[in-house]
Amino acid sequence: MKFFKLKWALLAVILISFTAQSNNKEKKITGKLDVTKSVNIGLYSDQQKTDRSKLLVASYLQLKNALVSDDAKEAAIAAEVMVRAFKGFNASGFNADQQKEIAEIIENASEQVEHIADNASRIEHQREHFEVLSNDMSDLIAIVGSEQTLYQTKCPMYNKGKGGIWLSETKDIKNPFYGSKMLTCGSVQKEI
Amino acid sequence: MVLVIGFVGIQFIPANLNQSNIVPKEDIIDFHKPPDRITSILKISCYDCHSNNTNYPWYNKLQPISWLLEKHIDDAKEELNFSEFKTYSKRKQKSKLKSIVSQIEDNEMPIKGYVLMHKNAKLSEKDKTILINWIEKLKDSL
Repeated sequence: MKFFKLKWALLAVILISFTAQSNNKEKKITGKLDVTKSVNIGLYSDQQKTDRSKLLVASYLQLKNALVSDDAKEAAIAAEVMVRAFKGFNASGFNADQQKEIAEIIENASEQVEHIADNASRIEHQREHFEVLSNDMSDLIAIVGSEQTLYQTKCPMYNKGKGGIWLSETKDIKNPFYGSKMLTCGSVQKEI
Repeated sequence: MVLVIGFVGIQFIPANLNQSNIVPKEDIIDFHKPPDRITSILKISCYDCHSNNTNYPWYNKLQPISWLLEKHIDDAKEELNFSEFKTYSKRKQKSKLKSIVSQIEDNEMPIKGYVLMHKNAKLSEKDKTILINWIEKLKDSL
């Protein structure tokens, strides 16, 4: 009899955790939407090729600056805007090779921003994905262009000495990989 | 009583098994032919969730455990599927390999619950080193 009771308790726990899990997921999704509502994402126009990267660049810079100030929560919010910006990205008007490249970049970059958005309390994890994202953004902008002038900056120490790049709206070095720990590590590689 | 009937009842509802006899040519092991040691680490510690072929434990015969595992494996495969690795773009392959290294280094993978039920899936420090070395080399060669 005791054995059966135990078994039922176990089963109940499994069932409860299962339903709790799906509830959490729903909550998370609505929570995310609320978060993006509070961010001014501006109008999205596909009139000009560079216009399409506007929202992406703006939210990328917001993400970058959040990491500079060691703010994982703010980084997650900006990443959530990027998730939507990548989803809404219109790649028409580019040739077939470019479209393929754009699609691959967006697929990869989207995964990075999703991870950043989902890890609002793990800034080092966010930074690892931000490094991959920055490479993707650099390659994407090489194809679609950016209205805003950007500076590609490199920190030679990051990524176990392999180095990591980021894009910045200014030549002043403010390092998003280390934040306040090593704010001025890095040098501008090129202007985009 | 209702619970008893419910529990017995759900046992008759099958879950989809993640098993396939075909080893696709897009499989990372099949494609890159790593040394035996690496193959065995990948199969024992990773492939149950991150491939198209799961070696199921006995308790998978029980519902609702079977459903839970099905959901877990689906999520895991969406994140990373070694059986379809070579269908990924070069860009995606590289970032997956980077993430794998970081997950292993941080002891995030294989997940604790899995290691608890599969003692031999635990990676020793030596396992980690040789696996990471192989992955880094592969990443640089792509």
